[in-house]
Amino acid sequence: MTVAAIPPFERFYEAHNGEVLAFLRRRAGRDRADDLFQETFLRALRAYGRLEHGDHLRAWVLTIADRTLIDAARKEKPTAELVTEPSGEDELPAFEELAPLTEGLPPKERAAVVLRYGYSLDYDEIGAALGSSEDAARQAASAGVRRLRKEKSQ
Amino acid sequence: MTGVPATLDLRFRAAAAATGELDVAYDVLDDTPVGKLLVGVSERGLCRVHFDPDPEQELEDLARRFGPRVLRAPAALDNVRRELDEYFSGARHAFDLALDLRAAPEFHQRVLAELARVEYGHTTTYGALAALVGAPKAARAVGTVMNRNPVPIVLPCHRVVGASGSLTGYGGGLERKEWLLRLEGALL
Repeated sequence: MTVAAIPPFERFYEAHNGEVLAFLRRRAGRDRADDLFQETFLRALRAYGRLEHGDHLRAWVLTIADRTLIDAARKEKPTAELVTEPSGEDELPAFEELAPLTEGLPPKERAAVVLRYGYSLDYDEIGAALGSSEDAARQAASAGVRRLRKEKSQ
Repeated sequence: MTGVPATLDLRFRAAAAATGELDVAYDVLDDTPVGKLLVGVSERGLCRVHFDPDPEQELEDLARRFGPRVLRAPAALDNVRRELDEYFSGARHAFDLALDLRAAPEFHQRVLAELARVEYGHTTTYGALAALVGAPKAARAVGTVMNRNPVPIVLPCHRVVGASGSLTGYGGGLERKEWLLRLEGALL
């Protein structure tokens, strides 16, 4: 299987910034979307240098936007749980498959599972994308997988 | 083009440059006296000056040489823009910019180091530069180094001429070489 080359960040940013902003505005409202927009692409930038291929970048950045949104909501209201909607009309095989399967997971575990198994990111990249440590990313992903196994066996 | 408001876009680009996470921050200077210039800086210094840039190709090239985190970030180029403006107005005779030449092969780096010492308003020859790096017969190879100079104008390959005094060639076109030498008073 061939994988897409990683485009210069400028191309990635230009290709997805409009959609990321629209997504954040829908979910968080116009006023808060601007800060979340910046945070999303800064997180993407931090993780970008360690991407191994350029596949599914749209889904990747939307996952980061989703996570940024959840983190911000947590900060404001520690108990807030945002519902993650699968978002996408493009072909996104790995993400599309994982999205419905992982819907029941807590947001952080879900993001870690999707980034690990949907995008084959390493844990340090996932940590960078989620704004947490490599260890925390690994723990979140394995907790998510354990939870999925438990759900399946019930 | 970008699908977000200009202020938000610029704010992100400035924030990205401030993180120090970019491999290359670049900008396109649209209206210099020598036409459109693409200029790029890494964390180490100025790494690219390019005449008549084809952005698509140039971005790919920068990403290949320095890493994929290449972003247009005008705020990171303030010093470069200012020094070039001063140079074009005749007020500046030497650049104080740090350079990042790590993408150039070793021989190129040696020649470029000698080139950096050729002063404003003076010219030298390909053969003389070749002799300075201990390869007196390598005038042609020095010509290649000049042609691939990653940071023309700032490293003054326009000050290198043929043994007969003819302008010979210039990566940005002979008209620009002539313009730069006239600016410096090296041509009447």
